[in-house]
Amino acid sequence: MFFLHNLWMVPLLPAAGAVLMLLFGRRLGKSAVNAICVGAVLAAFAWSALSVAQFVHAGEPRFHLSLFTWIGSGAGQLMVSLYGGGQAEFVVRAGMLLDPLSAVWLLFVTGVGALIHIYSTGYMAHEGGYYRFFGYLNLFMFSMLTLILADNYLLMFVGWEGVGLCSYLLIGFYFDRHSASTAANKAFITNRVGDAGVLLGSFTIFWLFGSFDFVRVTELARANAAHLMGTPILLFATLALFVGACGKSAQIPLYIWLPDAMEGPTPVSALIHAATMVTAGVYMVARSNALFVLAPKTMMVVAVVGALTAFFAATIGLVQNDIKRVLAYSTVSQLGYMFLALGVGAFTAGVFHVFTHAFFKALLFLGSGSVIHAMSGEQDMRSMGALARKIPITFRAMLVGTLAIAGIPGLAGFFSKDEILWQAWSAHNGEFRILWLLGVVTALMTSFYMFRLIYLTFFGQGRMSHEVEHHIHESPRSMTVPLIVLALCSVFAGYLGVSPSIARIVGLHGQTNRFEHFLAPVFENHAEASASGGVVKEEAPEEESTPIEYGLMLLSVAAAVAGWMSARRAYANTAQQVREPIAIAAPPVYRTLLNKYYVDEAYDYAITGRRALGSTRLGAIGAGEALWKFDARVVDGGVNGAGWLTRFTGRVSSWWDKWIIDGLGVNGPAFVVRMMSYPTKILQAGLLQWYALVMIFGLAGLLWYYLFHLAH
Amino acid sequence: MYNHILSIILFTPLVGAFVLLCIPGSNKTAIRWTANFFGFLGFAVSLPLVSWFWAVKSLPGFKFMEGAPNSWIPTIGAGYYLGIDGISFLLIMLTTFLGAISILSSWSAIDNRVKEYYAWFLVLQTGMLGVFMSLDFFLFFVFWEAMLVPMYLLIGIWGGPRRVYASIKFFLYTLFGSVFMLLAIIFLYFFHHAQTGVFTFSILELYKTAPLLPAVYGPTAAVLLFLAFFVGFAIKVPMFPFHTWLPDAHVEAPTAGSVILAGVLLKMGTYGLIRFSLPLFPAVVHYPRLRLAMVTLSIIGILYGALVSLVQKDMKKLVAYSSVSHLGFCTLGIFTLNTLGLQGSVLQQINHGISTGALFLIVGILYERRHTREIAEYGGIGTVMPVYATIALIMFLSSMGLPLLNGFVGEFAILQATFLARPVWAAWAVPGVILAAAYLLWLYQRVFFGKVENPKNAALPDLTPRELATLLPLVALAFWIGLYPRPFFAILDQPSKEIVEMVEHPKTYNAAQPLKAAQVAQSAVESTPEAVR
Repeated sequence: MFFLHNLWMVPLLPAAGAVLMLLFGRRLGKSAVNAICVGAVLAAFAWSALSVAQFVHAGEPRFHLSLFTWIGSGAGQLMVSLYGGGQAEFVVRAGMLLDPLSAVWLLFVTGVGALIHIYSTGYMAHEGGYYRFFGYLNLFMFSMLTLILADNYLLMFVGWEGVGLCSYLLIGFYFDRHSASTAANKAFITNRVGDAGVLLGSFTIFWLFGSFDFVRVTELARANAAHLMGTPILLFATLALFVGACGKSAQIPLYIWLPDAMEGPTPVSALIHAATMVTAGVYMVARSNALFVLAPKTMMVVAVVGALTAFFAATIGLVQNDIKRVLAYSTVSQLGYMFLALGVGAFTAGVFHVFTHAFFKALLFLGSGSVIHAMSGEQDMRSMGALARKIPITFRAMLVGTLAIAGIPGLAGFFSKDEILWQAWSAHNGEFRILWLLGVVTALMTSFYMFRLIYLTFFGQGRMSHEVEHHIHESPRSMTVPLIVLALCSVFAGYLGVSPSIARIVGLHGQTNRFEHFLAPVFENHAEASASGGVVKEEAPEEESTPIEYGLMLLSVAAAVAGWMSARRAYANTAQQVREPIAIAAPPVYRTLLNKYYVDEAYDYAITGRRALGSTRLGAIGAGEALWKFDARVVDGGVNGAGWLTRFTGRVSSWWDKWIIDGLGVNGPAFVVRMMSYPTKILQAGLLQWYALVMIFGLAGLLWYYLFHLAH
Repeated sequence: MYNHILSIILFTPLVGAFVLLCIPGSNKTAIRWTANFFGFLGFAVSLPLVSWFWAVKSLPGFKFMEGAPNSWIPTIGAGYYLGIDGISFLLIMLTTFLGAISILSSWSAIDNRVKEYYAWFLVLQTGMLGVFMSLDFFLFFVFWEAMLVPMYLLIGIWGGPRRVYASIKFFLYTLFGSVFMLLAIIFLYFFHHAQTGVFTFSILELYKTAPLLPAVYGPTAAVLLFLAFFVGFAIKVPMFPFHTWLPDAHVEAPTAGSVILAGVLLKMGTYGLIRFSLPLFPAVVHYPRLRLAMVTLSIIGILYGALVSLVQKDMKKLVAYSSVSHLGFCTLGIFTLNTLGLQGSVLQQINHGISTGALFLIVGILYERRHTREIAEYGGIGTVMPVYATIALIMFLSSMGLPLLNGFVGEFAILQATFLARPVWAAWAVPGVILAAAYLLWLYQRVFFGKVENPKNAALPDLTPRELATLLPLVALAFWIGLYPRPFFAILDQPSKEIVEMVEHPKTYNAAQPLKAAQVAQSAVESTPEAVR
């Protein structure tokens, strides 16, 4: 049990690679970088595989590894709800949980991750920042593995934010391109909206159960199922978590970042934006299944959002010209399928689709990378064509991937998608059949846009410039080998989860649905949930429904074939000018689809405020500008006004002091006295001559008086 | 040394300031070395406290007490009376740590009146440390006001073009708040006398009578006194709408001044709220409308600061407004009135000191090279200065609360505590987390990403070893708190428990709780009015 008991090594290996790259990467050569980073992920894969093997061998329902107390307040008990025991300490332990659910993720994340690392050594061989790229990739692997192996919501959130950060760094890998850094910001900030949801969900969970621990929360939720069923608080918690899932897994209304994320190097799109990170939302919902089944309204929201996303993203995918954008919208659409499955309670089917999708979508992205590599960086399918013979391995691999995603029987996508559609049909006694219909139409569109991609890229006439054509070459073995391995997985992965009805046709009795049996302990809450009317059991009564099931299966296969055939008719013989059937039939529809329903524009006007409506700005930037004006004029105006008022008062009192108090009160009487003293003052001038003169005049006056008056 | 550690920490910078005065002003190198020596010494003498404090962190009450109540001016009952608990311990460590870093960061940024600059800086250190150590209101107020003068001069002399306006605004605004606080302190002083017959400014003594205010003078009087303190603290924090001095002060202050201003000075406000507003007015902070008002102001601060940050064109102003947002989280944590909220708040204060301190250093480094803080002047710096860009990214992420870095732990604790107090409050505050990512990443994009389009940026040198030395300790701390915040929580366990206890069950003078303090005569207890007993 050595590997299992040292499970912490799995995330630590790539973490060590990332740290080495950060500190010394600049001084290392490419082979050293390969040895460290690819080696770390290969080792992590080997370690994971051995751990899972030991885990399965041990036969326990789950393996828990407690590491250390990460955040912990010892300041006493906090008040929480009665389900959590009334009070709880805020303690978050870092620990790892390996159960069937995390085992599935662990295997495909490390496996596909290792393949993509190998592929990248070829793809990035001529790019600058080689060590930086691999450092980020390893950091991503660390975060993703933390997310998967975490045993509580908070530690999962560490991985959750970590993968978001790596996504940001890798989308903006070519950071001197404005479009790349803008896409990176968009991805991070949109995801932050989702993260806010995860935070609120986690707060609620702690309040409800006094713990973040997955096992404990699940146990308490199942134990109190009857009380918690349909309560508003649980509705809030699950909806908040689902908002987070919408961010990470690119669902309406937060899907907008994923198509732009294609600005990153193609291996990144394959690893992060197709196979692994974007399924984190599915993982979280599946991990919280005990909570979600107790909130039927949330389940309905999940199913509806999933189906709508699947449908709308597929419609946009129909007309995109950038090969990676087609795949990006395809990813959004396939993720929608997964949420549809979760929403109708078919957790296993959703997880199974995550599993198969990881292989064929990684394959398709890597294949597109190989095409772009061959085409000297060209991504526009209108400038491609006739590549089938020039890059045969890439072509065959991509064809396998396309057949798989389109749902052609025998390949992985068929099994998982069919299971989802069947569950959507039968869940809730058929209440959600409209969602099933959306799913089937989406399947048709999926087949159409994927074969459109194949025909435009590999068939018809070559539409590239002469120089590009001259350089076309098959990719090196480091890139083609991963393609071949993934192609094999895309074919065979589906046989892990063959449903009983299919097994009956191909004679695989006794081999059915290993996947479901493996995962069963994780989703053990159906008894309580279905007792309260929530979700149907996944193993529907086979006998009765089999004819319908076969019928539906035929219908979805027919849809896939129809999509293929119409794409073939429209694009198989494309000459120099690509003719879009939708553009010819309905130009406004085509324009709307090509512009992605103008959702980005709407968001920029209304929510971010990056675009102004005339002179007014709305959204966050608009609010910021308005508040800044408010700040300068009103708040600070108040402060400056108070200052001005003080100075004004000072000036008034200084004037009062000077003119009234000092002027009228003090100097005024003095003036009067001075005025009154003036005559006296004149007499007292202090000049001797003046005194003499006055004396003479005085004497003269006296003399005159005596002479004239007294004489009378 | 053990018994006088606080005094040693408190006066080392002041001694440094006097030593600096003895060096001829023309010998700039000698002054710089001496100042850095004392800056580092100030930090070094606080290091023994770490292990000593760790050993006694779980003991109740204040630790490392020095001096005595009424020992300074006995006639009015003022004392040189120091003591710390976990909260003040962390803030003291932050102060000495950031002080050393700020002094180091000023090496080439300050070139005129070097001697005066460093001398005032060291005086400032002593002033701030005194605030966090005082157990006597008189002493506290002396430090609280004394610290204004050096900061005023730092901004006013070594600041940017509008330094005079900014420094006067800073000084007068803060003074305005302090006046109300002084009145309230004097009121409590006389109130204490009325209750016990003793004149004292000892905070520990006033703790025991101030909670009786609502019972004696009615709730209105108590609320008014609370508000008098609150205005003083809210201006310092600064809480909306008392924040407009901050962007001006930050933009004009020299880099080191901004680091200290954001890193430590603002924390005096939050510290005051925790140390005084809660324990002195336990009944008042429970009044639903008043508490709602406090929480509302905090939430407005969070969202308002973030939104205004979003549209700033000056990097420093952006960081300044982001401080308003971050400090909103700190005050929100305080008014959850539970232990987790208090712990989160203090931790977030430390985090803010680290992250925002680093952000100001980062802006300062660019400013020293280009002499502009206009965001539009930059672009493509990531290509020119890769090491700098990496460290900047880490600190930006720390500031926006990315897990495994420091900001997350504090923010999460505060928001979780808020949710437990009232879920709606948490729901209002959470968008602040989204906006933080928006304004910081957008800033990062505009400065670091893209091509170098401005030829002036083409040949900027990357970090010098000295600059690296100022930033790396902060990066290390950011990772430490993010990866293993346990010790910080452990230090805050006891004081937060005590403060919540004081808020929930204040221990006042009454028959059941006889006086123990030696300096208060037994007769004083017996003469306590009947109503109070």
